[in-house]
Amino acid sequence: MAALTLVNVTKSFGKTDVIKGVDLEVQTGEFCVFVGPSGCGKSTLLRMIAGLEDVSSGEVMINGARVNDVAPAKREIAMVFQSYALYPHLTVRDNMGLALKQAGQSKAAVAKSVDHAAAMLALEPLLARRPSELSGGQRQRVAIGRAIVRTPKLFLFDEPLSNLDAALRVATRIEIAKLHRDLDATMIYVTHDQIEAMTLADRIVVLRDGRVEQVGAPMDLYNDPDNTFVAGFIGSPMMNFLHAGALGMRSATMGVRPEHLAISRTAGQIEGTVSHVEKLGGETLVYINTATQGLLTVRLFGEHDYRVDETVQLTPEAARAFHFDAAGLRLR
Amino acid sequence: MATRTPLSRSIAAHAVLIAYTVIALFPVFVIVINSFKSRRAIFAEPLAIPTPDTFDLVGYTTVLKQGDFFQYFQNSMVVTCGSLFFVLLFGAMAAFALSEYRFRGNTLMGLYLALGIMIPIRLGTVAILQMMVASGLVNTLTALVLVYTAQGLPLAVFILSEFMKQVSDDLKNAGRIDGLSEYRIFFTLVLPLVRPAMATVAVFTMIPIWNDLWFPLILAPAEEVKTITLGSQVFIGQFVTNWNAVLAALSLAIVPVLVLYLIFSRQLIRGITAGAVK
Repeated sequence: MAALTLVNVTKSFGKTDVIKGVDLEVQTGEFCVFVGPSGCGKSTLLRMIAGLEDVSSGEVMINGARVNDVAPAKREIAMVFQSYALYPHLTVRDNMGLALKQAGQSKAAVAKSVDHAAAMLALEPLLARRPSELSGGQRQRVAIGRAIVRTPKLFLFDEPLSNLDAALRVATRIEIAKLHRDLDATMIYVTHDQIEAMTLADRIVVLRDGRVEQVGAPMDLYNDPDNTFVAGFIGSPMMNFLHAGALGMRSATMGVRPEHLAISRTAGQIEGTVSHVEKLGGETLVYINTATQGLLTVRLFGEHDYRVDETVQLTPEAARAFHFDAAGLRLR
Repeated sequence: MATRTPLSRSIAAHAVLIAYTVIALFPVFVIVINSFKSRRAIFAEPLAIPTPDTFDLVGYTTVLKQGDFFQYFQNSMVVTCGSLFFVLLFGAMAAFALSEYRFRGNTLMGLYLALGIMIPIRLGTVAILQMMVASGLVNTLTALVLVYTAQGLPLAVFILSEFMKQVSDDLKNAGRIDGLSEYRIFFTLVLPLVRPAMATVAVFTMIPIWNDLWFPLILAPAEEVKTITLGSQVFIGQFVTNWNAVLAALSLAIVPVLVLYLIFSRQLIRGITAGAVK
């Protein structure tokens, strides 16, 4: 059964259309990630699902029931915010238990649910503290705990890792993935970071300018993008886009991932000079300025020695290249 | 070129601040020292500190013997605290509505509410008096509380709505998802976070009300509802002024407002510097 269904959902602020007709179905137990550049409407869409923004037209259904006019508290959802949004005047225990208390559950039942969630996230030693006495990572774990306590039909995450430092981000990402497996819950997760999207999602929804560009499993989007936007957004470093005409192809644009561009000092199709080299240990990224194709990125595995200003030759791996028409749509 | 060291800069800054403090406090200082002197000494050497020779509590005894003085104090306290309560309550509520909800005419409504900052309420004195006479509120403290609430609201709405815009949307939304009512969100989440702004508004509202002579004189001149500022005027006559008593009364009138200020000032300083350092 679909945990969430969006039918031609739109949102306008005055004359500005922010969401321009989104259709989507998220299955129960699925981890669905909305990804896109800032301003693409992904957070607005999430807030519409939560009921924090009105829907201009279309239908939002949770577990098959239309919830357009249902208050956020009655939608049986829980949300984790980027800024944690913990109640500063309440202890961790009261923060986590507030929703159940508001719903009229007994003290004992609230305490039991809070203890259970705290145990899952190893929050027991922090229960008596206030949010101001916690570190950023701890605050976000409390915010996640607050969501778990409600045992919602739908978990909503609004860029929950953006305020954390790099190491914590990876640790919390793994924790969220584990939580999804343990709880078997439906989760909708908004991020602008394609790595988070790739690592967490069962299915990714790529959004641009309030429209869905493509929906699919991470590897489907990576290996089979519908257009240049998705091809460029998914995968890091970004895909190279070549003027296919200059290489004697019929398509307008040829997309080649950095790892599918062969580099040689002797022979190749495209000549250029090395403008920058990034050595990451496991891989080496070489940035090459070419006369005909602009700046291209090559990704080499292992350590390689290329000097800046060195002249090199590049050859795209034709079998792994993607072809796009002039409008950016994929030619298959 | 001589570079200014941090030390010289800090001396210069302190010199300016001390000079300003001296200038600002001087009149208060003169009032307080003279309130402890005999009448002759006040006129002989107005700037002298009271000595055993000139020390005299006659002003204070006169004021305290004037039996209604505590009544005046109480009236001033009731009017100030009452007005302050309503200004803060209604001001904060209006500010929350203006900053939180999108509705048609939001900006116009905000401008309308802020207009009162620019138009002195005293221009409407005659109309206010007619209204109070018609509603039988003349010579009541209620009349003063109503007028001062109206007088304080524009600035309160203006300042508070700016501060409320800075309160995290996520926090309010988290409250909504957890099922808190809008009133609970306002009172338990938003108000504590704008406390410094509330203190700022409280001080700016409180001082003009405490010091006002105009409306008490017009709306509530009866003996039992006189405020302290109006009460002090009994010592100023057309021909003879009892300076000892006037100065003593004014010195006493400083005390409560000073206490209220000290209560709010810790918050106030945070309010003024909020956002300056981040």
